[in-house]
Amino acid sequence: MSPGRPDKSNTGVMEWLNDRYPIKAWQDFAKKKKVPLVHGTIWYYFGGVTLFLFIIQVLTGILLLFYYRTGSDQAYESVKFLMTKVHFGWLIRSIHSWSANLMVLSAFIHMFSVFFTRAYRKPRELTWITGMILLLLALAFGFSGYLLPWNQLAFFATKVGTDIVGVVPGIGDFMLTLLRGGHEVTGATLSRFFGFHIALFPGIFTLILVVHLALIQIQGMSHPMGMEGKEAEMKTMPFFPNFVMRDLLLWLIVLNVLAILAVYFPWELGQKADPFASAPAGIRPEWYFMFMFQSLKFLPAHILGFEGEILGIMTFGIAGLLWMFVPFFDRSSLRGVKSRKITYIGILIVMFIIAMTILGYILS
Amino acid sequence: MKLPIFIVFAGIAFSGIVYAQNDAPQNSCVSCHEMMGAPYDSLVHAQQADIHGKNGITCTDCHGGNSTSMDYEVAMSPAAGFRGKPKPKDIPELCGKCHANPDYMKQYDPGLRVDQLTEYHTSQHGQLLKKGDTKVAQCVSCHGAHGIYPANVPLSSVYPVNVPETCGKCHADEKYMADYNIPTDQYAQYKTSVHGRDLLEKKDLGAPACNDCHGNHGATPPGLTSIARVCGTCHVNNQKLFQKSVHKKIFDMMDMPECITCHGNHGIQVPSDSMIGTTEKSICMECHGQGDAGYIVAQTMSNAIDSLKQIYHHSEDLIQQASEKDMDVSDLKFELRDVRQNLIQTRTMIHSFDTTQVLDIQQKGMKVGTDLVASAKDLISEYYFRRKGLVVFTLVITILAVLLYIKIRQLD
Amino acid sequence: MSEDAKGSQRRSLLKWLLGGGAVAWLGTVLYPVFRYLQPPEVPEANVSSVKAATVDEIPPDSGKIFKFGSQPGILIHTPDDKWRAFSAVCTHLGCIVQYRQDLDEIWCACHNGHYNLQGKNIAGPPPRPLEEYVVNIQGKDVYVSRKA
Repeated sequence: MSPGRPDKSNTGVMEWLNDRYPIKAWQDFAKKKKVPLVHGTIWYYFGGVTLFLFIIQVLTGILLLFYYRTGSDQAYESVKFLMTKVHFGWLIRSIHSWSANLMVLSAFIHMFSVFFTRAYRKPRELTWITGMILLLLALAFGFSGYLLPWNQLAFFATKVGTDIVGVVPGIGDFMLTLLRGGHEVTGATLSRFFGFHIALFPGIFTLILVVHLALIQIQGMSHPMGMEGKEAEMKTMPFFPNFVMRDLLLWLIVLNVLAILAVYFPWELGQKADPFASAPAGIRPEWYFMFMFQSLKFLPAHILGFEGEILGIMTFGIAGLLWMFVPFFDRSSLRGVKSRKITYIGILIVMFIIAMTILGYILS
Repeated sequence: MKLPIFIVFAGIAFSGIVYAQNDAPQNSCVSCHEMMGAPYDSLVHAQQADIHGKNGITCTDCHGGNSTSMDYEVAMSPAAGFRGKPKPKDIPELCGKCHANPDYMKQYDPGLRVDQLTEYHTSQHGQLLKKGDTKVAQCVSCHGAHGIYPANVPLSSVYPVNVPETCGKCHADEKYMADYNIPTDQYAQYKTSVHGRDLLEKKDLGAPACNDCHGNHGATPPGLTSIARVCGTCHVNNQKLFQKSVHKKIFDMMDMPECITCHGNHGIQVPSDSMIGTTEKSICMECHGQGDAGYIVAQTMSNAIDSLKQIYHHSEDLIQQASEKDMDVSDLKFELRDVRQNLIQTRTMIHSFDTTQVLDIQQKGMKVGTDLVASAKDLISEYYFRRKGLVVFTLVITILAVLLYIKIRQLD
Repeated sequence: MSEDAKGSQRRSLLKWLLGGGAVAWLGTVLYPVFRYLQPPEVPEANVSSVKAATVDEIPPDSGKIFKFGSQPGILIHTPDDKWRAFSAVCTHLGCIVQYRQDLDEIWCACHNGHYNLQGKNIAGPPPRPLEEYVVNIQGKDVYVSRKA
């Protein structure tokens, strides 16, 4: 037993396993994994934070399932019941809601840090693509989960959100009906979103997450650009146990932050959804959709003969696709050079997102 | 040349006559009096628009005369039955010609009453008019003559919201009422009263106007011993309890006007709890004195209400606190309604002037209120429990984090 | 004590403290989860459909006030064996109404408001009918829910 490994106290079990499965080979492989020590090392943590928050989501989500009821006549009431009568129900629900937001934030930071360090370059293109899919799924999780309490804000946000989907030319109507389970947002939409949120998305997410993590394990951590060939001189720290310990420490702090948020900023429930009431003032999507929402609002009704909204949505779609395939466009990264163009585009996008998000809140 | 010109002028004149005849049948009263300008033209227009005008009843139906002739000597001749402006003492019978005739009124509205004239004759106004007093109210004084609308139309001078002002036209006029030896402050008082404010400001048509207590056509002030029944048409329980209480016989014996003795009549206000009790503000002390049975009853009832009020406000306050701390108080608010209902019931029970009944009902409210206070306090302590829990959790995490940090340092 | 021994003592102590800390942390996490899984005293979630009473509780020609959400409701079993439910909040000034067996009407004691068994305001100050609810009998239970 090597010193500094607090969890391997049970030699007997490990030996038993080792006799049957190539545990030793994995242990050796794990010992080799290294994390570069650079002044950008802090960004290496955000993937883990996102993973941790996802685990929190799954755990609190399962707990919520014990009391949540679907159906437009029971969903809101069951959440109210959760918040008021169930012991610590308020805690589980608020953690679930806050963790969702933090997870999306963390995923964005993780994605942008990978972008700016060009960690997506060869040979890690697939890691980047699976990561982008995971990000999109996280947003889908957020969108579907938001509706589940069936309150006024969620109802109208879903209505607006799915309306936008319907604007896509050709398949828009079909997609809208598919999402809504009908032409309007009703209890059918709720059932569907529930199915998406607890079954379809978790299934796909887990599969792709396993691929994403496996790729990382197989290929190891990406080095900063320009270090090719100089691996031996690079300062690193072992992944096990040093980086893992730091990861755990950070996760503990994140958990504490979640608890503080749950107690001091409990997630509100608001009024039950009433399809016949007028849309409440201040209706808006969750913050991670705000930049799209706000930019669409800015677009004029018609641009060069096309409907502004459709053009806007198509632009976002195409931009997203280009972003997803950036490893194939960024030739410079293959040569080990950070393309200025890519950096500027990245900075522009980040500033655009931040500006639109802020504007979305100020102007509402 | 002359013939064509003549034909043209004749044509113009002829078409002018035809055009003038277009509003057939032509009513000469209307055409002349319209042309005469104020004040006649507004009277004419008002009548055409009102309930009589809309039902085809015109000038000659009340004033007599001949409405087909434009010659005023023909139109307004006594031979044609012209009465001119009817005299006050003739008005009830004039209106009654139709309105007291069931067969006639059936054609227009079978649901309309036809006993107004009979009632009127029983009223103070009717009796005085018969004796020759022309200052008193008759049909026109309240309903108007031209521009009469049904009482349920807001335009009507006898629409509930307008009734106090209509009665007040005479009854609030000191100079006008000088010969009658009755007060003229009723309208002023009524406007400040709870009934007046509800009707006139909040437009609550359920609140009584003058006619709801005094009657319409048979208007008389209610008799001393039947006042409780008048108030009791809305305040049922108060009346029932009062009739069974010791006060009923005593008040009637002493010629004290039942409800009015304590509550007033025209200027009646929302009763305050200080009316009951043994302080100088309380009405009980106007008859009762320290030591007599009534004094003790007053004291007991007053204390009962005070404790109930106290617990109501205390629980309301705690519920508000809990709600500000984002706890769910909808259940508690429901129970609070019960306490409020109980407070209303206890205050009503006062009118039995029986401490047993009052305490019986008050106890129920006290129990609910006490439970509410406990539940609200529980909610508030839950709020603090959460914060304390967080502190504990943060402490544990901080310790663990520090230990982990040391471990990390050690590993490096 | 040699440096090594002191070092290993410290490491041992740290291991124990860490383990203890981890257990304490696990406790603060598992305690709420454990309590969460225990169902609360009120078993049913508040729904907009409420079990107002049992059939036996309310004989014909009687009524009962029940809780509907955070508002009072009145459930009536009419003399001709029909079930009706309304909001019990009087439309005049908000007092709680009651069933009057002697009148076969719903009555408000505050200002003598009368409603018929269809909830329509028929006499007294109330300006509007009582809001009507839907009644469903399932077995022995009477369920009241809001109109769609």
